[in-house]
Amino acid sequence: MSCCLVPGSSMAAEHGTLADPTSSTFSLIDEDHTLANSVRFTLNQDPRVSFCGYSIPHPSDAKVNIRVQTTGDPAREVMQDACQDLMLICQHVRSTFDEAVADFKMSQPMETMEIK
Amino acid sequence: MDKQDVGNEGGEEKKPFSIWDLPDVPMGKLPPHLELQRTRVVCNPDAPIHTENIMYSGAYASMGVDNSLRLDHFRDNFRVEVKRLNKEDMEFDMIGIDAAIANAFRRILIAELPTMAIEKVLIANNTSVIQDEVLAHRLGLIPLNVDARLFEYLSANDQPNEKNTIVFKLHVRCKRGDPRMTVYSKELKWLPKGSEFIQESDNPNAKPVTYTSFSSSQDSMPEFSNNPISPTEDNIIIAKLGPGQEIELEAHAVKGIGKTHAKWSPVATAWYRMLPEVVLLEDIEDGDAKELKKICPVNVFDIEDFGNGKKKATVARPRQCTLCRECIREAKWEKHVALRRVKDHFIFTIESTGALPPEMLFTEAVKILEDKCERVISELS
Repeated sequence: MSCCLVPGSSMAAEHGTLADPTSSTFSLIDEDHTLANSVRFTLNQDPRVSFCGYSIPHPSDAKVNIRVQTTGDPAREVMQDACQDLMLICQHVRSTFDEAVADFKMSQPMETMEIK
Repeated sequence: MDKQDVGNEGGEEKKPFSIWDLPDVPMGKLPPHLELQRTRVVCNPDAPIHTENIMYSGAYASMGVDNSLRLDHFRDNFRVEVKRLNKEDMEFDMIGIDAAIANAFRRILIAELPTMAIEKVLIANNTSVIQDEVLAHRLGLIPLNVDARLFEYLSANDQPNEKNTIVFKLHVRCKRGDPRMTVYSKELKWLPKGSEFIQESDNPNAKPVTYTSFSSSQDSMPEFSNNPISPTEDNIIIAKLGPGQEIELEAHAVKGIGKTHAKWSPVATAWYRMLPEVVLLEDIEDGDAKELKKICPVNVFDIEDFGNGKKKATVARPRQCTLCRECIREAKWEKHVALRRVKDHFIFTIESTGALPPEMLFTEAVKILEDKCERVISELS
């Protein structure tokens, strides 16, 4: 088992072996359930993933470990794709939400609208 | 003996039995009972079941159903419906998203969206009965109507300046002979030029230095020139003064997040609940219908007249349902009424403290989750 801090990074570290890139643990500093659980969701929905899960080793450490094991692709790439998927989901949520809010404001009668 | 076991009876070659050949197998779709487990939480009288979300992409592979993430599928099905929206709070439905992501938004709203709050209080005089530290804590919890995106974080070795600090002054006195007075948040006066308190110095000839180093006045910033900074509410009680008592202090507000201290949380609360679904499994008529309507404390059911003298119970207001399970407590109702929750339909409520309108808070929260993803991607490449 070797640990390699991703070069130039203070936030993410990948723990794995060079011999087998298909399974790795990613240590994310200053993250918690918010990101880890969402990424676990997108990872789980990726057919290339055979196992994934996350843990917070100690509640006093601002750190979360995400384990990714794949069916053959490098774990790091799969992890990046999962984050990418999550980001695309967020972007879609944001645009849909903004649209819905604009529609709602348009449909409100004039007297309840705020005049700025 | 089972009929299916007698396949090679006639000696001719028969296709081995496969469940797929049965006429009632829906192709590409889950059988109804599995679909129910996947999409609904079923609330039984003793406990809810099927509460977990089936995330694994291959969960239904043996049935030819793909459970993997399909972004186009998500885009087609995701919907937002705003139900209520005003300056302080909003309610909207978020449909077609997983609890993991809805919960991430909620957590970010509460703990990771920055706001401004009073962090340092310089007390020159406090003869009131409320202790300095309690007073400082109360001041910290007062929400301020200022957009934190216009400010920077004040880090440990920074000087407080006009970009990271907002200064308020509070000077109130209850004159001798007057009745007791109440100090409200409207008495907090914004000092756009920074602190007015002079730091003590050993050198009597030194230039007087205040506790902040503003290079320009904040009210010259276009955002604040005709929109002065103040607490969001005027009538928050800060302290009470008896005759002859006085409070003189300066409060310095800085930028922070709810994770550090709840006073920086931009929401009073942000929460979601899954959409309740009430299903009548059989027709409930006449006397039973009346009884069912009466049982429900939040008035979910209605009685409809179907002409020909028949009256039937209907589910009129399922959103009202609090899943108190009162209607299935008695064994006889259990067969007639099913209480469920829709797993991918969230009724999301945001109550803002007033710094930003709730719809803006949500958009900012989603942006923060995006930033987190982007950071991980760039750190791993």
